[in-house]
Formats: sequence, C-alpha cells, structure tokens
Amino acid sequence: MRATVLVRPKQGILDPQGAAVEASLRQLGFAVGGVRVGRIVDLEVPLVDGELEQARAEVRRMCERLLANPLIESYEIDLHPGG
Amino acid sequence: MTRPRPRVAIVTFPGSTDDRDTYLAVELLGGEAVTVWHADRCLPDVNAVVLPGGFSYGDYLRCGAIARFSPAMRAVEEFADTGGLVLGICNGFQILCEAGLLPGVLRPNASLAFVCREVAVRVERADTPFTTRAEAGQRLLLPVKHGHGAWHAGEGLLARLDRNGQIVLRYGAGENPNGSVGDVAAVANERANVVGLMPHPEHAVDPLLGSPDGATILGSLLDAARDRLPAIV
Repeated sequence: MRATVLVRPKQGILDPQGAAVEASLRQLGFAVGGVRVGRIVDLEVPLVDGELEQARAEVRRMCERLLANPLIESYEIDLHPGG
Repeated sequence: MTRPRPRVAIVTFPGSTDDRDTYLAVELLGGEAVTVWHADRCLPDVNAVVLPGGFSYGDYLRCGAIARFSPAMRAVEEFADTGGLVLGICNGFQILCEAGLLPGVLRPNASLAFVCREVAVRVERADTPFTTRAEAGQRLLLPVKHGHGAWHAGEGLLARLDRNGQIVLRYGAGENPNGSVGDVAAVANERANVVGLMPHPEHAVDPLLGSPDGATILGSLLDAARDRLPAIV
C-alpha cells in the first residue's frame, strides 16, 4: 500500500527556507505570507489483512525513529489503500 | 620517561571530509589516532572517540540522521554510556544530537548561506574534559564551515542546560555565524563526557593554519584521555 508522510517545521520554529521562498514569491508579485517549506516522503508498506491502523502505526514508528525530528518537526501520515 | 600516548578513535562515515585533518591533529598533539569505519561493529581499545566533520550519507533527510544508525554509532553510544569521552565536530555534533547523546538539534543557518570563516568563541566552562587547557571566559579563534550549524533548543531546554552548565562555548558578541539560539557553539551532555561543537579545532592546531587555538580543545581532550590510561608501574 502507498503511504505519504508529510513533514513540516513545527509552528514557532524559524524556517529560513520558507522565508526565502516567501521573499522570492513576493518579488514575483504574488501577495503571499506564512510560507513554510517541508518535505514529502512517499513509501510502500505491507497491508496485512486490511489492517489500516496497524500499517499507520508502523509508519508512525518510522516517523518517530527517522523521518522527523520531534524537536523541530511535525508529521502527518496519509494512507492510500486503494491506490 | 615518555608520557603515554592516549589512543583516539576517529570514525569515518561515507561523506566524512575532516577525518584526515582530525587524524593529523591528534597525532601532532601527541595522541595515537586510530581509524574506525562506519560499518565497524565495535571500537578498538581507545581512550576517546572523535566524530569528524563532513557530510555523512550526503546529509540526506537531516544532517546526521542516517549516520546515527550506523553500526559504529551503536558502539560509540555504548562507549559514551560507560563514561567514554566523545567529541563531535560539526557533522559529528549533528550526529550526536540526532542520536540523542547531546541535547538539541542543528538546523539550517538562519542566513541559508554556507559560512566559511574564523569566529571568536568564548569558553563558558573550563572544567569539562574538552576545555581544561582553557580558562573560563577565554576567547578562542576557530574556523567554522557549515550550512546547517544553527543549534536549536526550546526555551525551557536552553534554560535548563544553562543552569546545568552544559553550554561549553558561545560565539562572541556579534560573531554568531548561523543564528544558533543563545549564541551556543558547543554543548555537553549532563556528565560532560560527550561534547559537540560547530567550529573546527582540528583545522586550527598550528599558527601556520591561522590560529593555534584548536589545540586548546583537542589538547584538553588528549589530557583527559591520557588520565584514563591505566597507570604504568
């Protein structure tokens, strides 16, 4: 099953990359604010007996151990059982 | 009588760039440098470990995030748990933070630009095994070269570390090259047997290199490592 992990800089954490992208967008004439840059990790995990919650817990463990640093990043998990 | 040479392991990860300089600096200052490959599952018989600078595993995901799971790091964690001396320089500092051996995390420089220059740091603690050759308040001139050197900790954590005396070096006033909170340049764990710093002492061990001040840090480490050698009778 495909899963998508969305990792974001936590609220209140200075995001210089987001600030640079925002400045660049404004320079291009876009009225924009609050730009934050995160990262997406697409991955494939086994879905055993249709146990979605089990798969979600496994991806959560991946996030806690490696994909996100909880000091500065938050994460969201999207599962795609159909696709 | 010759003084015994403390043995210092230097761990090379794929993408390490400063392992050779660290090796040469340790030997120049009277230590015996021993190379360790990231895939090695155990450490040789050594009195200290240095994790050198560089771009381990291409800095993929986050700096140090992948290196921390290498077999050699498991051995380094055990070494640190038993009170062994561990110094992380630049990427080594990032690895130690990701591994949870040091508090906080290194983030991209606030300027987003790679910085490569000499900075002045102030010694906050002269009683760690890494700073005994310095005096508290002493100014050291050391080179930095990094894109992800902004050490970050929440306000509560920073205050606690300050109270515990775990902030070892701070950038001088107006010298902070990366936007680290509290101008922090080096931190220690609670037992002060593990320290990480962004500046590079191994690149500054001789006046010909611009500054000899790095020898203050590495020399202190060698003194402490020497103290851990069994007495020769």
